[in-house]
Amino acid sequence: METSFREGLGMSEKVLMKGNEAIGEAAVQAGCQCYFGYPITPQNELTAYMSKRMLEEGRVFIQSESEIAAINMCFGAAAVGVRTMTSSSGPGISLKQEGISYVAGAELPVFYVNVMRGGPGLGNIAPSQADYFQCTRGGGHGDYRVIVYAPSDVQEQYDYTMLSFDLADRYRIPVMLATDGILGQMMEPLVLHDYKDPGDLPSKEAWRLGDAVTQEPIWITSVRLGEGELEEHNFKLQKKYEEIVEKEVRFEETAVDDADIVVVAYGTSARVARSAIEMARAAGIKVGLLRPITLWPFPEKRIREIAEKVDDMLAVEMSLGQMWEDVRLAACGACRVHLHGRTAGGVPDEAAVVDQIKTILSSKGDEIIRNF
Amino acid sequence: MERIFTMPEAMKPEQTLYCPGCGHGIAHRLVAELVDEFGIRDRTIGIAPVGCSVFADKYWNFDVISAAHGRAPAVATGMKRGRPESFVICYQGDGDLAAIGTAETIHAANRGEDFVTVFVNNAIYGMTGGQMAPTTLVGQASMTCQLGRDPEIMGYPIRVCELLKDLPGVAFMARGSVDSPKNVLKTKKYLKKAYSNVLEGKGYSFVEIVSPCPTNWGMTPLKALKWLRENMLEYYKLGVFRDCDAEG
Amino acid sequence: MVSKIRCSGFGGQGVVLMGKLLAQAGMIEEKHTTFFPQYGAAMRGGTANCSVVVSDNEIASPMVEEPDVILIMNGPSLDKFEPTVRPGGWIFYNTSLIDREVERDDVKVFKVAANDVADEVGSTRSANMVMLGAFAEKLGAVSVEALLDSLDVMLEGKGDKIMNVNREAMKRGAALAK
Repeated sequence: METSFREGLGMSEKVLMKGNEAIGEAAVQAGCQCYFGYPITPQNELTAYMSKRMLEEGRVFIQSESEIAAINMCFGAAAVGVRTMTSSSGPGISLKQEGISYVAGAELPVFYVNVMRGGPGLGNIAPSQADYFQCTRGGGHGDYRVIVYAPSDVQEQYDYTMLSFDLADRYRIPVMLATDGILGQMMEPLVLHDYKDPGDLPSKEAWRLGDAVTQEPIWITSVRLGEGELEEHNFKLQKKYEEIVEKEVRFEETAVDDADIVVVAYGTSARVARSAIEMARAAGIKVGLLRPITLWPFPEKRIREIAEKVDDMLAVEMSLGQMWEDVRLAACGACRVHLHGRTAGGVPDEAAVVDQIKTILSSKGDEIIRNF
Repeated sequence: MERIFTMPEAMKPEQTLYCPGCGHGIAHRLVAELVDEFGIRDRTIGIAPVGCSVFADKYWNFDVISAAHGRAPAVATGMKRGRPESFVICYQGDGDLAAIGTAETIHAANRGEDFVTVFVNNAIYGMTGGQMAPTTLVGQASMTCQLGRDPEIMGYPIRVCELLKDLPGVAFMARGSVDSPKNVLKTKKYLKKAYSNVLEGKGYSFVEIVSPCPTNWGMTPLKALKWLRENMLEYYKLGVFRDCDAEG
Repeated sequence: MVSKIRCSGFGGQGVVLMGKLLAQAGMIEEKHTTFFPQYGAAMRGGTANCSVVVSDNEIASPMVEEPDVILIMNGPSLDKFEPTVRPGGWIFYNTSLIDREVERDDVKVFKVAANDVADEVGSTRSANMVMLGAFAEKLGAVSVEALLDSLDVMLEGKGDKIMNVNREAMKRGAALAK
């Protein structure tokens, strides 16, 4: 028996809920009108949940013939101005990349979820953060970005799903929730709260399709073949991305101020890192934690500031040095940046992280300590 | 003096960039004339596929979206489901519909999606310069089957109507041609039926249009029409393949 | 205090429900709690297991590598998870279906004839409730009362008969540990 959203539960009531289902319920609350998806583990509960809830609400649910079809259905639904989403896991997200590139090029608001599993290839179905490069570099072809939220518990999966829809509409951009098999599958207490419309989102009437009676026909496209046309468009996109970098960076800091070494970790890895720093503090080691909540835009400014103050930073991730590269780029040589990486279902162990911290603090010079 | 032949309101007053003798111009016009006749320009959304008709927005005077190659039926599904009052025309070529987008086509038809599909079959890839299409005839030469299509190596040309017609979601399916005024009028009749089906919510309605591509066939426009009649219409039989109304 | 618990048995014994009830009970008692199922390729007759963490503080990873307690419903599960228990931890196991002794001598053991007791209340299927009742009464990681309240949430709409059998089985399990 799956626990699902039950009739009569007052909002702001606490329920025990699965991460995948929390995402679905948040989307329903945020007014998602069309969900399109294709089965893949470990995100199946989300599709299953939507198959019931969307129809209960009289909205659109389609189990598509492929992940490619699902993202293109989102492309269509977004073009007529309704909130829409899809979800998948690694291999399926790879298939969606073509569509996401088109969504980015055509500047449509689409929300999508990646419940990450082990790769490359069919890999395995265990929790992972190995799609970091794919998530944060756009993923498909061309010169574009997507906003990426990395929640670290069930509540954040609920909250950031709602925020993702807002940001997608505000910037007309694909927004991704990057979670993993642990966060998707686990149940935790969740405070269900209503969706609050920020009230200042731009109207879609000027660009959505189907309103030609009131205005000139509209063309939604990602093709720009005229000389210089695409470059001009991409500069415009870039300006938007710069605004997002300016305004939308999110992160959380724990015990950074007096730290000798700062751990950088997101999502599930950040949960482990948090207990590692508690263990280390109990042993008298001054460790802090910076948890990126947006993977793009990455909190590079803050990381640079911290790197100026400490001698060492340690990237802890469920991938082999993908986020580490961003931390190194941000630190820009101001401190040593070490790596604790697990992969393909391996989850960092807090004691092993503390051990590595001890090794780092007793090492000298330019040596970079990696745990593999 | 009374003007008896004008540009449809649903066409922009532009000269098309299609090659002399190409069938797309006629197909575009038929699509537009019917939009006018049904008075639905305000809620019509056309899909410009990847292929020669990628710039259909320059000619149609209603909203247009350009879809990724083969994904038009998925995009159409999203638009129609997201905004049920819209009238969606999914315009696709043979490579788009019957090669890269086969899955999207079959499943949209199977779900009985309420949009019109206009399938322009000219047995060749036009925009990329004349490669073999899924509908290229046996023996027909193209850039990627220069010795002629050999079914032993390349398989047989796909007859899309015959493939799809038995899916329960299909409300109407017919194959017309634009090789002669008579066939153009017949094709328009098929399209009209498809439009009215969709407006009545009867489901997936599909009209294939056998169409010439003189440039990539390497023929004059007149020769192309002759070749179409003698070869394509032999293999791609014209007529109605499915009509939910006739079945009662 | 943190309790890391793993429930394991064969598919159909309701071990996932055991885990959800533990997590729900932890939530009712305003503790931090996580439930994490084994997921993936389902195999008929194979072992099913899940892990639950109940804690007074925020929970880092919901993954349980070295449990404090395992609640074991069948033989293959004991073989698989006996070696994983933290030294000094507990093994609760179903002696109705397992006729061997625990081999380790650095863990504590509590035997529960879960199926036999469940049969007495009229449903073999509520053996999982007998096990939960015994565990809660013995170790108090969550209370029997909270587990009973959790049943109301998790089995809502299943009917009075099923509810009553499960409540009774849980109480009988608790009585074993008094």
